This record gives sequence, C-alpha cells and structure tokens, in this order.
Amino acid sequence: MLPARRIIIGLCAGVLMLSLAACEREKRDFRQAPPSVTVNTISQSDLHPGSNMPAIPPTENPDERNAYAVSEGKRLYDAYNCSGCHFHGGGGIGPPLMDDQWVYGGDPANIFSTIVEGRPNGMPSFRGKINDAQVWELAAFVRSMSGQVRKDVAPARDDHMYAKPSEQSTKQEQPKESFVPKSAELPR
Amino acid sequence: MSMRGKRLAYRLTTQACLLLMSVLLTGCAGAQSVLDPAGPQADRISKIWWLFFYVSAAVLLLVIIFMLLAVHRGRVREKGAGDVPEVDEKRGSAPDANLERRMTNTVTGATIITVIILLVLTIASFSIGRSLSSSMSEKDAVTIEVTGQQWWWQVRYMDANPGNIFYTANEIHVPVGQPVTLKLNSTDVIHSFWVPNLVGKKDLVPGHDATIWFEADRPGLFRGQCAEYCGLQHAHMAFWVVAETPEKYQAWVAQQRQSAQEPSTDAERRGQQVFLSAPCIMCHTIQGTPAGATIGPNLTHVASRITLAAGTLPNTRGHLSGWVVDPQAIKPGNRMPPNSLNPDDLQALLDYLQSLK
Repeated sequence: MLPARRIIIGLCAGVLMLSLAACEREKRDFRQAPPSVTVNTISQSDLHPGSNMPAIPPTENPDERNAYAVSEGKRLYDAYNCSGCHFHGGGGIGPPLMDDQWVYGGDPANIFSTIVEGRPNGMPSFRGKINDAQVWELAAFVRSMSGQVRKDVAPARDDHMYAKPSEQSTKQEQPKESFVPKSAELPR
Repeated sequence: MSMRGKRLAYRLTTQACLLLMSVLLTGCAGAQSVLDPAGPQADRISKIWWLFFYVSAAVLLLVIIFMLLAVHRGRVREKGAGDVPEVDEKRGSAPDANLERRMTNTVTGATIITVIILLVLTIASFSIGRSLSSSMSEKDAVTIEVTGQQWWWQVRYMDANPGNIFYTANEIHVPVGQPVTLKLNSTDVIHSFWVPNLVGKKDLVPGHDATIWFEADRPGLFRGQCAEYCGLQHAHMAFWVVAETPEKYQAWVAQQRQSAQEPSTDAERRGQQVFLSAPCIMCHTIQGTPAGATIGPNLTHVASRITLAAGTLPNTRGHLSGWVVDPQAIKPGNRMPPNSLNPDDLQALLDYLQSLK
C-alpha cells in the first residue's frame, strides 16, 4: 500500500476516534450509585456566614461536562421549587444566580454545600431530601445560569415561556466573591 | 417432484397457514384489543375495522385469483402455440385490436371499482370518526382530567364541589352505562390516550385541552397504553381502566375522596416519619400529611391500586420495595431517584405505604 494512502487512513481513523469523545456529552447514567446512608448525618455547625468561609480548593463537577445532567438540573430547579425564591436566575426572594456575585462561593463544591447545608437568612437545607447525584446536577445547572459551563453542554432552550435567553447564549460572568448580598448593601 | 409429493406439500402449506391464522386470531380477544369492544364507541370502531378487513380480504382474494388465471392462460397458450410470435425489433409486435380493446376495458373497470371502494371506505371512516365525537353528551357525564407525563398518567376526578375533587394515577375507574368525558392534556411532550376496548386514540398535546368521551357497557378490566412515542419509557406508560357497576364505582369514589388512612401501628407511624423525612416528600402527595408535592403520582391511596410505575409492576410488597430502592433498574430513565434507606426504615416505609388503602 502507498504510504500516502496509509497516512490518510490513519488520519481518518484518528479523527473518528477523536469524535467518539463527543459522545460523553450526552451520556445518560441513569443508575448512579445510590446515595450513601451516612450523608444524612446532621452537621452541627458548618455554617460560616461572613468572611470565615471554609476554604474549599477548586473542585470539578463531572456533570458540567454532560448535557443530559445539566438539563436534568434545569428540570429539578423548577420541580424542587428553587425558582420559587431565585426565580429563573434573576433572584427576588433569594439572591440572583445569573450574575457574578457569589455570597457563599461559586465553586461547584460551594454550591453543593449551599444546597445540602442551607445558608442563613432563608436558604433551607435539603440534606436528606435531595440525593447527592441530583444535587450535583442542580449545581451544574446553577453554574450554567451565569455561563460557567461549556456552551455545547448548557441548555439551549426552555420548555416554558421564558423571560431571558437560554443558558447556552448567556455570556460568561467572571465570578467574584461578595460577602454581602446586593440586597443587603447599605445605601451610599 | 412427483405429482403426489406436490399435492402433499400444498396440503401441508395450507394447513400451516390456517394454524398460523387461528393462532393470530386468539390475540384479538382480551384486555387490550380493538376486536373485543366493551362500549358503543369501541363497537363502532370494531365494525369499521371488520368492514375494512372484509373488503380488503375480498380485493386481495380477487387479485390473487385473476393473477393465477393469467398465469394459467399464459401456460395454456404457450403449450398450444408452440412458439412465440416473431417480434419486429423496430415497430414492436402489433397486438390484436380486439384483444387490446378488451384489456383496456378491464383495466378501466378495475380502476373505477377501486376508486368506488376507496371512496366508500373513506366516507365510512369519516362518518364513524365524526359519530364518535359528535354524540358527546356532557349531561350526567363523569368528568375526568387525564394528564400525560413522562412516563405515567395523572388522573383527576372533577366535581362541581371542589372539596370532592381527588387525584389518582395510572388507574381510571368508570361506572358501567354512564358516559365519561375525558379532558386530556400533557405537561411535557405529546402522548396519546388509547384503551383499545373502549376508545382512542387521542393525542395529549402540551398546553392544549383535548376532549374525548366513552362509555363502558359491561364491567371489566381494560388495559390502556400510550400510543405516541414519548421517550425512553414510552413502552412502560400503561394504565388500567376498571369498569364496574355504579354501586361499586360510588363506593370507590367515596373511598378515594377520603384523606389518607392514619398510621395505626408503631411500624406504620415510623414509616410515615420516614416518608416525611426522606426524599419521597419532594415529589409525592399523601393527602392528610404535610407531603403535598405534585411532581410524582399522588400516593394517598397507593395500596388500592392494581399496578405500580404505570402498569409496569403488580402492586405487591416486594415490587414496591424494589421500586423505592432502585427504580432506575426497573424503568431506566424514569424520574424517580434511587433511595437508599436502612433496612428497618425501608420495612417501616413499606408497612406505611401498604396501609394506604
């Protein structure tokens, strides 16, 4: 066989192999390991309002690479009534989730513990009510609301009438820690 | 092959065909069959089914007979003539003018008959289709709202008195001899309501109310099935229609209107606590307890139902237990998350759920 043809075949095979990686985007892992029983233990005082945040190194949430997981997060966001306080990202009763302000940290692990532990002044604790797999899905969706997840993974459409562009067309905010919610800022 | 061998093969083929047909026909009776009607609408639908069947069978038979005749005549001519007439390469063979006229007449006649048959069938189908909906009588009708969801059916019995409205899931009880009006809607994608023995199909389109009505004229259990592909678990989106005597139906309604039964034993009380503190409360309602979410099926009288998970499992303790702990193994992709409970809590929860008659 001519070496040129061999190279072309090799290249084609390589491209095909590379495109296989894209399949992960839609991988649906229905039967995740059931949540461990020990998750439901009650933490005595993990809450640190103000600047005494527990230091969490940057974490990675595999669900942020999976379009199905993010869309499940989007469904659960309404199903579990997150939208009841945070609305569809703009905030109202609770702080907005589509901006660059993170009162308790914008890292996936921060969001996970915000949902599981609750936060002072209104955010209830969902410990034992939502299993870990679903909390990670919710955390991935919450970050997609300010454009923190890949464009090809973020939801591109809404099932209902919606007042703002989809998560896919949201521009990426540069998260910054703000320890005072905007709603609580003193007038200057 | 000898003449006898041929005849034997022919007889065996005929018998095998007859056997196969009779086996297939047994599929026509039963709890999910258009050909076993249990109400006036289904009766009309089955009549038009048989009309189509007989007309199509007659046409098929005629076509086969004429085809065999043509083959036979061709063979006879071949034998008699001995050789095929010469064909002029340039002009083609000029057929007999008489023969050509006869053939033209036959083809024209067959076309006219086909058009008439199709026209009659179209009119019959259209008029029966109209009669199914036009005779809709709202008077004294039981009104039921059916909402399709991925992948189960929410059923809401309407009443002029809001306090008498109640919910159930994947099971519709109807009184015999009384019209039932169904208001159909969907929350996510298009589903389709189909109970072959009674009525259907009618699509459930999100955001659009569709109405359909039916009547059952004999008691029985009839299986319904989603008839529009709606996602991963479309095949496991079934329900049962229970047609029963008006007295039995009234008793069922009275019982369904009640709030959930209070736990009576210690195990049931603990089970209720487990239900209220576990993820169950995020999606399900048990009327009379703080559980009031409407994402999943209403469980107020879950123990009174025939099946679990939209017709997927018989409602037994073992199946219920498997469903609570690992629903994704039973119906992959459904919306119920796995729940790991410690064994004592699980048994208490099962006690409680099974007490919800």
